[in-house]
Amino acid sequence: MQKHRKNRNVAIIGIGQTALSSHKEDQNQVEMVAEAVRNALEDAGKTIDDIDCVVHGNMELFEMQFQPDMWHALGCGSYGKEEYRITTGGTVGATLVCASDNLVASGLYDTVLCIGFEKLQEGNTTGGITNMADPLWFRNLQTGALTSTTAMELIQKFGKERVLRAAMKYRIMMDKHAMLNPRAHRRLGLEYDQMETLMETSPQLVGELRLIHMCSQSDGACAMILTSEDRVREGTAKPPVWIRDHETSHREENMSNLYGARKPKSTHRDCAERLFARNGITDPLGYFDVFEMYDPSAFWAVDWLGEFLLLEGDEHLRLLEAGEFDLDGKLPVNPSGGVIASNPIGATAMLRIAEAALQIRGDAGGHQIKKEVRHALASGFGGSLWTVLMILEKEPNW
Amino acid sequence: MTVGVGKKRVAICAVAQLKNDPDLWHTRFQGMLLEILEDLQRQTGFRYGEGGVEQIVSVSDDFLDARTISNNGVQDVLGGQYLAEEKMAQEGLNAIGYANAVILSGHKDVVLIMGHCKESQGESRNLITNCGFDPFYGRAVGLDYLNAAGLQARAYMAKSGLTDDHLARIVARSRQWAAKNPYANARETLPPGKVKASPMLCDPIRQLHAYPVSDGAVGLLLASEERAREYTDRPVWITGFANAMDAFFFGDRDLTSNFALKKAAAKACERAGIRDLKGAADVVEVMDCYAYQQPMWMEGLGFCGDGEGARFIDEGGPGKYRVNLSGGALAGNPMIIAGLYRAVEAALQLKGEAGDHQVPDARCAVAHSTNGPAGQFHSVLILEA
Repeated sequence: MQKHRKNRNVAIIGIGQTALSSHKEDQNQVEMVAEAVRNALEDAGKTIDDIDCVVHGNMELFEMQFQPDMWHALGCGSYGKEEYRITTGGTVGATLVCASDNLVASGLYDTVLCIGFEKLQEGNTTGGITNMADPLWFRNLQTGALTSTTAMELIQKFGKERVLRAAMKYRIMMDKHAMLNPRAHRRLGLEYDQMETLMETSPQLVGELRLIHMCSQSDGACAMILTSEDRVREGTAKPPVWIRDHETSHREENMSNLYGARKPKSTHRDCAERLFARNGITDPLGYFDVFEMYDPSAFWAVDWLGEFLLLEGDEHLRLLEAGEFDLDGKLPVNPSGGVIASNPIGATAMLRIAEAALQIRGDAGGHQIKKEVRHALASGFGGSLWTVLMILEKEPNW
Repeated sequence: MTVGVGKKRVAICAVAQLKNDPDLWHTRFQGMLLEILEDLQRQTGFRYGEGGVEQIVSVSDDFLDARTISNNGVQDVLGGQYLAEEKMAQEGLNAIGYANAVILSGHKDVVLIMGHCKESQGESRNLITNCGFDPFYGRAVGLDYLNAAGLQARAYMAKSGLTDDHLARIVARSRQWAAKNPYANARETLPPGKVKASPMLCDPIRQLHAYPVSDGAVGLLLASEERAREYTDRPVWITGFANAMDAFFFGDRDLTSNFALKKAAAKACERAGIRDLKGAADVVEVMDCYAYQQPMWMEGLGFCGDGEGARFIDEGGPGKYRVNLSGGALAGNPMIIAGLYRAVEAALQLKGEAGDHQVPDARCAVAHSTNGPAGQFHSVLILEA
């Protein structure tokens, strides 16, 4: 495995989010994006004149806005600047940060602003996602983002009672985290003693997947400012958060990958293996202090924890049951409340990186982890089970 | 600003293009890309994975494919199986700019770029580009990229003295060159009189002033300087790339100013270390979707003075500076990848593989693209042999 190398180091110096909610009728898309951009500039102590390049992304058919970066030039501040629009589906938010990292590391741009957004209220999300599937082969089978195949697989492996309880444990844990995050969309105030009731009363969607397990559809935007090491040395308003490395793993949309009898290797595990090997990380569970994971449903989350952290057998279930992914556990997962609480799709994966970076800065507010956070992992999810994974560091320690 | 160019260089090792066709009804876009992939593999023998292509930059559009996450449906022909793939969701020339940065960053050494578009699939590209306007003002009054171009054409003709006669000559010349390019869509030659007699599409743009609906696909293999020789004996070097954005609302813009293009060209030249693009470039490929755009974009690139587009045509500027010897976008390239086709043509000229429209000893080429209504966004790529 080739060692990780980079032309020059890059750090996150500004983070801006909007509040996340089901309806943002007081703002149009441009105004919403502008709010995130203003927040990021203010956070970084910069003005738009300090930005060399803007990177923009979302999914066009959710809002039915063709090449939205043109209209959004008003809200992004890209007027007179260089600009890229790069997208990868649900992973797009993370891809935008990866792309910005590449652009700064290349030496061509010193300071880059990236923006991910979605205003799902303005479109039909399930229709949009179903429209992703091949019209000849898969569209009949596609039910938006809803699937219970993972629940089924987990149940076959670990037993129904244990898996349903693990999913609810995860779901209620996420709600408890979201209750600490004033920006989160769905904050329900769930308690662990409601577990049994919710398992029976929450409306069934597909198979074992119930409404309570599934993420919401949200409106919101996230913006981040990345700059080069030289610029960081000139001084920053807030502590810089270093981007150590990132990797992307995509997969073909075909019958055996999606519905085959033999489950192919997950892109999560593939991506994690490649990224960790390149960076000499042998014990991810021990190394990272926080993991912001793109968790669109409770069953996926339970399954993916094992994949991302390269765990074997039922170790991920045991850790979850023992509370090791809680805010005060061994590896806190999604102190922000995660995607289950808020999912403005084009912004969601960037929010994972933003929230992980806030934890490193010690700036997360009510949902700040109590012990020091030095090493953070953030993931994006999209497409036909695609993955983007990024490692953030408090110090450039590689 | 620190500039990475100079320390390291990035090469275009191989290019492949599909013949532009008015309606490839018998092929899905996956099939179109497969031909490109096989062509590039024949030329270079590249493999996927560690030590080969580890990053793919695709180019397509959700609206034009009528599929959310349009790159999802082509992963199998892109080779994105357990590999990094990212989609440039704007004009494809920017994929080269981005891939250049990916390689300069040290993140990946070899990048495959693959773009596709089947314009014929959409019943009306104007319906799609209408959705490119804001839903409150622009869409409601029926603006689309065609009538936006009409407004700009009228303003530019008033400023530069360009007439219907000039536009007819631009189209006639484009067709003469397209006839020599086996990959062009509209290849039959046209006398200027026939262009002038073609029906008015959107005043002052006539039917034959507008690029025909086209289906196509393109691919390029890019590599770092150290790795380029593994794939080619004749690398083409990316020496400068830049793009720039203008304001969105027409009331906020001077439609004839070439604000974004001038900025993009100046930055690309700065990165390439070129003071005088006019003197340095041996061939120029501009994305002229409408006839008036050819002199206007050439003006923005600095090949003629402000508002001198008509004089540029009268004095034979397109011939003198070898503009669009491929026939250009006027001979038919689809949206989203028309700029990528420009880069492919520019690279072929520098490789000496442009066939019947080859320029002898071309050393420096410019490829240009535009995106958004009335040239809101421009990209400029400078390539050197």
